[in-house]
Amino acid sequence: MTRTRGIIWTRVALIVGAVGLIELLCRLGVIKSLTMIAPSQMALELARMIASGELTAPAAYTFTEVGTAFAVSVVAGGALGALVHVHPRLRHALDPLLVSWYAVPFFVFYPLLVALFGLNALPLIAIGVIFAAPAMMLSTLAGLDRVPRVMRKVARVHRLSRVQEVRLITLPSAAPHLFTGLKLAFAYSFIGIIAGEFILSGGGLGYGIAYAYESFENRTMYALMLFVLLIATGVNGALHIWDGRLARRRGRT
Amino acid sequence: MSVGDRQAAHATLRGVTRVYPGVTPVHALGPLDLDLARGEFFSVVGPSGCGKSTLLDVMAGLNPPTAGTVSFEGRPVVGEVPDGIGVVFQEDASLPWLTVRDNVAFGLRRAGTESAEIARRVAYAIGFMGLDDFASAYPVQLSGGMRQRVCIARTLVLQPRLILLDEPFGALDQQTRLLMGDELLRLWRETGSTVLLITHALDEAALLSDRVGVMSARPGRFIDLVSTGWARDRDSRIATDPGFGAITARLWAALRPESMKAMGRPAL
Amino acid sequence: MMRFVDAVAIVAAILLIWLGLYAYAGDVAITSPLRTFVFAAELLSRASFWNHVGATMAAFAMALAISAVAGVALGLVLGMRRFAGEVAEPILSSLYTIPKVTLYPVMLLIFGLGMSAKVAFGVIHGMIPVMLFTMAAAKNIQPVLLRTARVLRLSPTQTALSVLAPAVTPEIITGLRVGFALTLLGVLIGEMFASQRGLGFLIINGIEVHDVRMTTTVTLLVVVFAVAANGLMLALDRRAHHFA
Repeated sequence: MTRTRGIIWTRVALIVGAVGLIELLCRLGVIKSLTMIAPSQMALELARMIASGELTAPAAYTFTEVGTAFAVSVVAGGALGALVHVHPRLRHALDPLLVSWYAVPFFVFYPLLVALFGLNALPLIAIGVIFAAPAMMLSTLAGLDRVPRVMRKVARVHRLSRVQEVRLITLPSAAPHLFTGLKLAFAYSFIGIIAGEFILSGGGLGYGIAYAYESFENRTMYALMLFVLLIATGVNGALHIWDGRLARRRGRT
Repeated sequence: MSVGDRQAAHATLRGVTRVYPGVTPVHALGPLDLDLARGEFFSVVGPSGCGKSTLLDVMAGLNPPTAGTVSFEGRPVVGEVPDGIGVVFQEDASLPWLTVRDNVAFGLRRAGTESAEIARRVAYAIGFMGLDDFASAYPVQLSGGMRQRVCIARTLVLQPRLILLDEPFGALDQQTRLLMGDELLRLWRETGSTVLLITHALDEAALLSDRVGVMSARPGRFIDLVSTGWARDRDSRIATDPGFGAITARLWAALRPESMKAMGRPAL
Repeated sequence: MMRFVDAVAIVAAILLIWLGLYAYAGDVAITSPLRTFVFAAELLSRASFWNHVGATMAAFAMALAISAVAGVALGLVLGMRRFAGEVAEPILSSLYTIPKVTLYPVMLLIFGLGMSAKVAFGVIHGMIPVMLFTMAAAKNIQPVLLRTARVLRLSPTQTALSVLAPAVTPEIITGLRVGFALTLLGVLIGEMFASQRGLGFLIINGIEVHDVRMTTTVTLLVVVFAVAANGLMLALDRRAHHFA
């Protein structure tokens, strides 16, 4: 147990140390304020923006898009994964596509999507889904593949109907992988949408950062970056801990 | 066997063959015949790959025979597992996301039994299999032997009239196996059910059974049927009985050439 | 053979979708497949186009080299030193899930507008997966292999070259394949946001000056390149995993 503690404390020390170092270098002027402001100033500016309500609109815009992309990805990805699982021919046919999917830099489609659908939420959500859905699909596939064959027999010995089998055996067995899919779907939706807003958008957190950069408003820019960082680490961290807890109960690593 | 005897059999295989189709079809089993008397403890031993597990799957209705008929309590077994048959598998079939108690209750809940009855039967099965201290634990916290006990309890709770076990103690060490064998005998006596046990361990078959069927190398057929003549209230300590050595020797005499065949060496 | 048929079917499906979008939105939004192919042939013969390709490739090659070397080196160190590895792994995984886009302005402020910023974008995308895969490979070297090396009385160099290197290579190659794709992505996004040269610039610039044909064509060329390169790396990956 002491070793785990040692690891956690070292990690905390590392992060605190890194942040502290940046803070020091900023205060001493080694890092010029035109390049980067001190982390404490970032935090203060963020707090101010939250309090004044400036953050509400762009945050709401982004979160709605992320939420939509996430929901669509999970449903579509899960459904596709299940579909492909029961049709090996389809899986075989889609294999070349899946294998190249994440090699394609999808963001290059973003300008085209904007040209097609306008400078609104739709191209952003589309990019988010393109990025996130296959991850959910692959995770679903992995989970369904790994249901032990003996479980199928258990279902038949207990004379379960197909629906009962899926509900009581297949889904609980595949749950850890499905959860991984959810984690990935969130991360990819978030990344996809923020990146899209950054490159070419009319609103949202990503756009806010880009706009602040181009207007030389460092304080706003860094405050927003900090916010995005905190959200990303926060949500991913929470999902990770939850995953760990479920995994320990199941005995899988 | 006369027609009269056949009708009294609890479960029957008649001319059962299983061939797996493919580029080169694999003739895995049979043709073989088997009559299980009601309440008997029957073991099947045979070399690796002879089709022992296939035999069990066919009898349970998990695997349809390519030829021949399977019947249980006078009715044909076709496609689905009949009510009244319980199966304990070789692999760990405990459901990792449920506690021991929920695992054991699993089948009863699906069958729509009322909750008071479920609670009563589950408590009994858990007590019978010595799992009281672990009722709220998850399978991951238990040893392999205990997980198998959970699977047996789960089967027991449904009060099956025929229990099929496919090398249930294969992953356990010798001493645990002997003790689990005693538990199985206890279970058999309490429930009065018919038991078919697949095992690769000759001593286990000789100790536990009323009859032992020796299977040939693939395609598996019965080449010897040995009656042990043991009293019903036996346990692992009958290993000291002189008859035990003779039975085991006879089993090995029939089995050895088949095992060598299965290993790819001609019988000497 | 089947795979080839499937690949053809997929390409056909993509072309159909493309045509559908073209029918729906017209020339102002996307160029038809035929015109795109024709323009692609023309672009590939223009020296000015190749200048842009050169700019992207130069940044990409450098970013990939840094990601690969630094990623593998650090990954090996962290993989073999258990304590450091366990401390670092969650930090790296978190960094992987952060939208690195948000770090671009910092990169620009530190490196200025130009090639170094593009290389930096590429590296922050590509290095982490290379590190993570390498760490996993190093961590999972079976102890029995090391014991066997000692029993055979191999020198440290022999052990490293004949036992350790082949053991970790398959996973490292997978890591490099993932790193390749992500480094390319990073460089392209960098060009899309803040550059006057390169393929990413051509794509976004096309939209800004209403030259949709340029955007569509360069997008197509980039995708074809990415898929082809990935295909090659997959073949390499498979061969490497032959014995894993």
